[in-house]
Amino acid sequence: MTRQRAVTLTRLAWLLGAIAVLEALCRSGMISPLSLIPPSEMAVALGGMLWSGEMTADMIQTFSTVAIALTLSIVIGLVLGVAVHALPRLSRGLDPLLASYYSIPTFVFYPLFVAIFGLNTIPLIVLGMAFGVPAMMMSTMNGLDRIPRVLLRTAKAHHLGRIRTVALIVLPCAVPYLFTGVKLALAYAFIGIIAGEFILASGGLGHAIAYAYDGFDSRTMYALMLFVLGLVTALNMTLHAWEGRLMRRRIGHD
Amino acid sequence: MAVAAISTQDGTPASDPAPHVGLRGVTRVYPGKLAALGPIDLDLVKGEFFSVVGPSGCGKSTLLDVLSGLGRPTAGSVTFEGRPVSGTVPDGVGIVFQEDASFPWLTVHSNIAFGLRRVGIDAAEVERRVDDVLGFMGLRDFANAYPAQLSGGMRQRVCIARTLVMRPRLILLDEPFGALDQQTRLLMGDELLRLWRETNATVLLITHALDEAAMLSDRIGVMSARPGRFLECVPTHWPRERDSRIVSDPAFGHVTARLWSHLRAESLKAIGGTGVGR
Repeated sequence: MTRQRAVTLTRLAWLLGAIAVLEALCRSGMISPLSLIPPSEMAVALGGMLWSGEMTADMIQTFSTVAIALTLSIVIGLVLGVAVHALPRLSRGLDPLLASYYSIPTFVFYPLFVAIFGLNTIPLIVLGMAFGVPAMMMSTMNGLDRIPRVLLRTAKAHHLGRIRTVALIVLPCAVPYLFTGVKLALAYAFIGIIAGEFILASGGLGHAIAYAYDGFDSRTMYALMLFVLGLVTALNMTLHAWEGRLMRRRIGHD
Repeated sequence: MAVAAISTQDGTPASDPAPHVGLRGVTRVYPGKLAALGPIDLDLVKGEFFSVVGPSGCGKSTLLDVLSGLGRPTAGSVTFEGRPVSGTVPDGVGIVFQEDASFPWLTVHSNIAFGLRRVGIDAAEVERRVDDVLGFMGLRDFANAYPAQLSGGMRQRVCIARTLVMRPRLILLDEPFGALDQQTRLLMGDELLRLWRETNATVLLITHALDEAAMLSDRIGVMSARPGRFLECVPTHWPRERDSRIVSDPAFGHVTARLWSHLRAESLKAIGGTGVGR
């Protein structure tokens, strides 16, 4: 058994063990069913909701909003990152602002976004992009900073112009950093949009969770929470595995 | 004053009307009036193996930059095959850098094919040339490996292969073996001599290793401390068929001693030493 496989199995064993303990605590009555339902019931409820299609509209709304916010975060963050990196003075000036940006609680602006854009998906997209764009921008700048000068000289030696140098050398070289930006942008898009739906929206998974919570519908609420948790974990693990494969190509053994 | 690189005493044909590479009065001054190089006068004959040695910071790499077209001289002119060089790398010039310049996201095969694919050569010809060079450089078994899976010496071999596959007529090497251990350097030196003979390219090697320069070169230019100028061009008179075993030739010691006699004083100047014990 490889070390990586052993680590994965250990991790899985811990997770299954924790779920089994939670199941036992709920079934034995040590945890009130009003507070938490057993994980097996959450799974059954989720299966039923997925099967019946009652979640489909909320899923489509949330996923489409996340997809738009993620795409815009990646494109705008990448373009801004490249543009700012090309202007060293601006980059130095923006550095401290970007570093302290994450301390701003952007959710407080949600009512303002609603007032400006109306009660539709645009304020949610803006909220989803609020952290995604700077994350992508900083990852891009970070990646561009780390391109070895010798590769740029090699590009010149191969007569590559500016655009081909960016396309064939700069971007492929910066891919691991860009990938980090995409991972962060995805996480921030989910956080921002589901939290936004939770606060003030007429649909989406966040809204459905809040609605179930307000109606003391624990089965639906926990089923939806399990779905969101499972989905985000699965997406993150897929990206992590992909990133691992990418990095293994680059960091080998001497 | 710079020393003219070609003279009949050096055993090279001074009468050649058109040198393969020519530098005339080349200087390089960096912002802040920091004189890095020159004036330099140098002629390289087609098919010659010329090395440049000099103290640290004397402008060896600046010389390569100017010669390759990666940098512009402040004054003077550079020609390659009779055409002026300035600001862009001319066709027919290949450069190997000291640092690892392999592309980590591409396989060895794709690294080597990189330049060929950019110039629009058809796919079958690219495959044929890459396969030739893979075989020539002993990389065929690693064609599908990524650079990170190779040792430093192998990665440098990939970079040399990527340069060779373009069939350059002038190969510029900037301390290509600087990061390698001594045994690997000697073996890489043998490979370099083999490919030089087979390609008949003109080679200019920048190195800080006197033994490497003495082993590989037809002539060795010794540079002064900054701003670098040629103090002397030392001919080795080695046969064209040679390899690293030449280090056991008594004449090898004479060549390195001659290089060091110039270089010691210049190196002391470069590090600000007093020359105590001279």
